[in-house]
Amino acid sequence: MSRGPSLFNRASVGLGLAFLYAPIVLLVVYSFNDGRLVTVWAGASLRWYRALARDAQLLDAVWVSLRVGALSASLATLLGVLAALALTRGGRFRGRLSFSAMVYAPLVMPEVILGLSLLLLFVALDLPRGFWTVVLSHATVTLAYVAVVVGARLSSFDWTLEDAARDLGRTPLGAFLAVVLPNIAPAVGAAWMLAFALSLDDLVIASFTSGPGATTLPMRLYSQVRLGVNPEINAVSTLIIGGVGAAVAAAWLLQARRPEA
Amino acid sequence: MRRPRLGLAAVLPGLWLALFFAFPFLLVAKLSVSHTALAMPPYAPQFDLTAGWPGVLETARGFSAATYRRLIEDPLYLKAFVSSLALAGAATAILLIVGYPIAYGVTRFGPGARRALILAIALPFWTSSLIRIYAWIAILKPAGLLNKALGAVGLPALDILNTNAAVLLGLVYAYLPFMVLPLYAVLDRQDATLVEAAQDLGASPRQVFWRVTFPLSLPGIAAGALLCFIPMVGEFVIPDLLGGPGTLMLGRTIWTEFFANRDWPAASAVALVMLAALLVPILLAQRRARVAP
Repeated sequence: MSRGPSLFNRASVGLGLAFLYAPIVLLVVYSFNDGRLVTVWAGASLRWYRALARDAQLLDAVWVSLRVGALSASLATLLGVLAALALTRGGRFRGRLSFSAMVYAPLVMPEVILGLSLLLLFVALDLPRGFWTVVLSHATVTLAYVAVVVGARLSSFDWTLEDAARDLGRTPLGAFLAVVLPNIAPAVGAAWMLAFALSLDDLVIASFTSGPGATTLPMRLYSQVRLGVNPEINAVSTLIIGGVGAAVAAAWLLQARRPEA
Repeated sequence: MRRPRLGLAAVLPGLWLALFFAFPFLLVAKLSVSHTALAMPPYAPQFDLTAGWPGVLETARGFSAATYRRLIEDPLYLKAFVSSLALAGAATAILLIVGYPIAYGVTRFGPGARRALILAIALPFWTSSLIRIYAWIAILKPAGLLNKALGAVGLPALDILNTNAAVLLGLVYAYLPFMVLPLYAVLDRQDATLVEAAQDLGASPRQVFWRVTFPLSLPGIAAGALLCFIPMVGEFVIPDLLGGPGTLMLGRTIWTEFFANRDWPAASAVALVMLAALLVPILLAQRRARVAP
């Protein structure tokens, strides 16, 4: 059978993880720096976190991002689950090929193209750009991720369980709600969280499709970063990394859990 | 009993994607043959549907390929095109060389450790790339953490922030999980008995790797390379924050044309040219996405 990891294997993995995490660790450490510089350590303090609490513009951007994330993730989950059901259980319906192409294309499309094309749509439809246009855009782009995550679970689902429920007198909808949905629920939950995290992180699509009064957190951060590094950005970044890290770890555990029954 | 077909479930997401994903590409195409105008929206001609079919024809006569001619004549666009492909290609090659030993190394661990390691590698992908690239600015600055560390051990300072070298580093850093995960997926599924068979037949470890493991991992290499190369060509945040004024990449060109120059037709034309250049890789990647889950 396979032997354990060699020294070379351990070193590759160790160095890879160090490369991935060193910048993040430094960023977090310097968010607790008392000095104004992000490269000179001047003792530990929470002054930048206190400054955050007073930064009304930033807090406003956080609130916008959380609402955009929750709404767009919910829309994307609804549409993505339907798309996954159609692709795994739809048989050969008309337009299946172009449908699946549209579902998966946003996964590999550069963000600037998606942002630009969505913006032109909103201009053509004469929709005022702002909060809702960002929600619609994020739902469109993250739907693909939901379809992939839920589709993976659906394609390994044992459909004879659904047959059994039908045999025992359930309606198609009843069987779906009683048997299929509980089985794919962890994947649906994970997909929602991933869509939420993606929406929370997006700068490019939001910049194209947003308007006055709807500045998301990455848009606000980007305008500050352009002015130079400052410890307050480190502090808010630390909070985001902590929050997103916890959510993704939870999503991962949910999805990995084998369904009982 | 005949299972109900769920093709009807495609109706809602299908209509949604047709409106919000497919239709806008026609608008991008239309805009790329329009010209700029001092108005809101800042382009002309615009369709006047109230004038009926003659109005549409009239609008269509206003279209011209002038923007595309500009793309060809102005060397800046060509430079951005070439350097986008070059930087993304170089980063993809580095990612393969760096990512392969990591993915291969992970498969050597026990099942529990493997799961934890893969989660650890995937986690940074979900945290904001803006923040992770921002973190590199403090490291690469002239008086930054990298140069302090180099100075402490007596090495000369490295001044690479705002150069293409920093962009390359940023691309490799941001896309490493995209390369490692597909490679790992393929390496982990490999049939271990093939390696044993090669060993039994007297192959050296080197031969086993190059004649069994590596050829069998080619689908993972293709998947990882496509998954990294396509978005890197259109990358905006990394060249903008780590690159200098001379760093030209298409994603940044589109952004500048749109936001700074308010030249929507130019932004649209560049987007279409980029899409055309990426069409083959995108179609290949799509086929893989369909097969994978």
